[in-house]
Amino acid sequence: MTRETLLNTLLMALLIGVPLWAWVADEPFTITLATRAVIFALAAVGLNIALGLGGLVSLGHAVYFGIGGYAMGILAYHAQTYTPLMAWPFVIEGTKFMPVIWLVAMVVSAVVAFVIGLLSLRTSGVYFIMITLAFGQMFYFFTISWPRYGGEDGLSIYVRNGFPGLNTLDPIQFFAICLALLCAVLWLNARIVKSPFGLALGAARQVPQRVETVGLDPFRLKLVALVISGTICGLAGALFADLNRFVSPTMFSWQMSGELIVFIILGGLGRVFGPVAGATLFVLLEHLLGGVSDYFLFYVGLLLLLVVLFTPGGIYGILLGRSKS
Amino acid sequence: MTLKSFALAAAMGLLASTAWAETKIGMITTLSGGGAGLGIDVRDGFMLAIAQSGRDDIEVVIEDDQRKPDIAVQLTDKMIQSEKVDILTGIIWSNLAMAVVPAATAQGKFYLSPNAGPSALAGRGCHENYFNVAWQNDNLHEAAGAYANTVGHANSFILAPNYPAGKDALTGYKRFYEGELAGELYTELGQTDYAAEIAQIRASGADSVFFFLPGGMGISFLKQYADSGVDLPVIGPAFSFDQGILQAVGPAALGVVNTSQWNKDLDNPTNAAFVESFAAEYGRLPSLYASQGFDTANLLLSALEVADVSDADAFRDALRAANFDSTRGDFEFGPNHHPVQDIYAREVVQEGDVFTNRLIGVALTDRADAYAADCKM
Amino acid sequence: MSLILIIEQILNGVQFGVMLFLMASGLTLIFGVMGLINLAHGSLYMVGAFAAAGVAASSGSFLLALMAAMAAAAMAGVIMEMIVIRRLYDRDHLEQVLATFALILVFSEGTRFVFGSFPLFLDVPGVLSGPITLPGGIQYPLYRLVLIAVGLSVALGLGLFISKTRVGIQIRAGENDREMIAALGVDIAKLYTLVFALGAALAGLAGALVGAIQSVQIGMGEPILILAFVVIVIGGIGSIRGALIGSLLVGLTDTLGGIFLPELFKFFVAPDVAQTVGSALASMAIYVLMACVLIWRPTGLFGARA
Repeated sequence: MTRETLLNTLLMALLIGVPLWAWVADEPFTITLATRAVIFALAAVGLNIALGLGGLVSLGHAVYFGIGGYAMGILAYHAQTYTPLMAWPFVIEGTKFMPVIWLVAMVVSAVVAFVIGLLSLRTSGVYFIMITLAFGQMFYFFTISWPRYGGEDGLSIYVRNGFPGLNTLDPIQFFAICLALLCAVLWLNARIVKSPFGLALGAARQVPQRVETVGLDPFRLKLVALVISGTICGLAGALFADLNRFVSPTMFSWQMSGELIVFIILGGLGRVFGPVAGATLFVLLEHLLGGVSDYFLFYVGLLLLLVVLFTPGGIYGILLGRSKS
Repeated sequence: MTLKSFALAAAMGLLASTAWAETKIGMITTLSGGGAGLGIDVRDGFMLAIAQSGRDDIEVVIEDDQRKPDIAVQLTDKMIQSEKVDILTGIIWSNLAMAVVPAATAQGKFYLSPNAGPSALAGRGCHENYFNVAWQNDNLHEAAGAYANTVGHANSFILAPNYPAGKDALTGYKRFYEGELAGELYTELGQTDYAAEIAQIRASGADSVFFFLPGGMGISFLKQYADSGVDLPVIGPAFSFDQGILQAVGPAALGVVNTSQWNKDLDNPTNAAFVESFAAEYGRLPSLYASQGFDTANLLLSALEVADVSDADAFRDALRAANFDSTRGDFEFGPNHHPVQDIYAREVVQEGDVFTNRLIGVALTDRADAYAADCKM
Repeated sequence: MSLILIIEQILNGVQFGVMLFLMASGLTLIFGVMGLINLAHGSLYMVGAFAAAGVAASSGSFLLALMAAMAAAAMAGVIMEMIVIRRLYDRDHLEQVLATFALILVFSEGTRFVFGSFPLFLDVPGVLSGPITLPGGIQYPLYRLVLIAVGLSVALGLGLFISKTRVGIQIRAGENDREMIAALGVDIAKLYTLVFALGAALAGLAGALVGAIQSVQIGMGEPILILAFVVIVIGGIGSIRGALIGSLLVGLTDTLGGIFLPELFKFFVAPDVAQTVGSALASMAIYVLMACVLIWRPTGLFGARA
């Protein structure tokens, strides 16, 4: 077992053990916090496929996170008000059934990621960062000013959506669902890294010419990476909305996109489990520091600065003593 | 956060023993970032009333929502699941209230709103455990419309940001206003430059302007309006003319009429004592928000005198009776647990170096709200 | 819609544009010379506005306040550069974005700690307040005309500085080949600090000038920061000329879009729907503009490198 595998195992043991302890000790809020960490981790793992593997610094992944959230919000809103989502040319009803919501969230996110990718992958470097930011801002301002689904007020869903055989209102069961999805995505991510596609994508990030000479199109590789990445973020968004039973345009804000990147860097760029460690640490800090001072964001900023300046490998870099690119 | 509320409580010398408190109150409000001023005022007003009550069996847990709905939701879970509070309060913004209040009341907790009053929670979404101590969102705008009639404005130009509270504002104004509209505009949320809108106002032939632009937006608008040479009379709700903000607007606000359910020169003993003790405690004049925080705490204290929170029905009845001395003088709840109250017209004046408001009349008497009929409790 | 109103709106768009230019020119120089994405540029704008408000309140002089704003922002910029930014030049964009994002938090909360949570007061100086009548009977605020003049003269001055002076030539050389000018004996560290201070001073100036007609408050720098990024990306990063053109494009699109889009939709749908749809689209307009420019020219209008 390498030290990294050991660290991964410890991390997952922590993520499973703490909520289980909380369940036994009847501390439901700790489970809520852990669920939040797991969902953020899921989104960050999704972003990591584009960012870590594909080298695509997207400052607009909140788009997919938000789309997932609104897919849940809109479907559940129509289900709870008993109004059809669409009456013409054929009737589409809302739903409170999680798997359907996930599917919709993922499909819509994938389509949007495909379109945004098609347009934005023509650029690179800073221009790519900025064009993805621009798409994020478009969605953000649109949802704020579009009154149909609550505008800036967002949508409240009164009862969490259902999953067959489980009581999703029970924090530990909902946590289990989120954790299972995170594990599935981590497994998928590990497969992708080792797959021909993953290797080609990694090569396209480092030396695009080399990929072209063997007849692969770097543009297509990156596009596929972006679509997979967006799809996972969409799923995470739907779960996040279900955790809060609420969606609002802040899910589309550029600070959200920024936070997703923070998770990855905090954990350690280029590690499959890095985003998980980063998201967990962030939620923990947010929870602990929030109580200490009205000016706690000052300390968050300071800490982030120190991490970026002095420990480029994030938590994994510190604990393993070397950075990996 | 328990740590901080302990510190705060200790500093104010109000809790002899925090380890054993009978009633636990959770306050989720905005204490950091751009909108922090409002939350700080609500908190200070609230804590002042608690301190003055001298009760040592009340613990207030205070958390900062950073004006983010998802943080507010998370804190609500924390308050209910982890802190096990009995009563929630503190939210400033309507969109955060929409995220928090239904969840809190659905779990059987009481929620007392010291500021936000979205229409959805006053009408079909009302709840027996939700009490609004401030106003329904439309109220101050309705009063502005009514006041416009009395001073003879017949061709108003109205504008508000393009988001739900902005729509409510213009709807509220139009509900009572009887004249024509020279123009109706929705601006971008967070917009800082209003040159384009002011040009449209100038070209519209209006005889008056009504605007709802909370926070920095209102400051920007007023400064630019004053500098533009357009000198039509302006009416607005109190939010852009309150104590915290007025010093930043400066002379540009002088003479502007605004509507409010409270002012520091409202003539009743409770208010006089509140204004004096707030200024003595915090070294600044109280704002509208501070008065709302103060009233919220006093309402709560009055109910606790009569019933224990554990007896939800008795406690609810005690809240509904609203048997406390409000800084607004008379105060009572309508059937949807929103205030029925007088709303006044105020004028911005300068007292020495300080810009502040003085009452000039009553805009609406015993006003409830337009949504009460939809509320089935 | 009358011609006078249209002209007035174009003036508004230009005025907004030149203020954006003060922000964008610093950003684009810093990126062009040092290859650094500085999200904390908006914080320097805020520092300028707060310094101006503080000095204006105690001295009563607007001119003094402007100088204080530039000095304070430049100083904050130099400190920022020496302590943090210097370590980021050789890092990738990702880390620069994060570190400067962290700086925003530090500056915002730090300023709130010093000045409190309430907005500050800063007013247009007496001699420049009120409107004047332009040819054609247009009533226009004098202060905004002064802003246009100041902005355009800074643009002109900056253009001359970059193209004619010795330091300007070094800056341009630095954009092209860092190693070469270091080899030629130019103190590259000093040059970087200088460029950073210059950009910071311009941001501080913008903050003070705009602060007089807007709200001086925590977080005021962030919306304008994003707009400034939109500008430099449209114009092409590193290009002062691109920043100027981009600023004017963004200023005009934002101002005119908000006015004309709702009007345009009134031809097709009911007025209240038109108002809603038009406003929603207007708030997205500049981002659509930016996406279109980048799709058409992936390195911006005047950009040379990616």
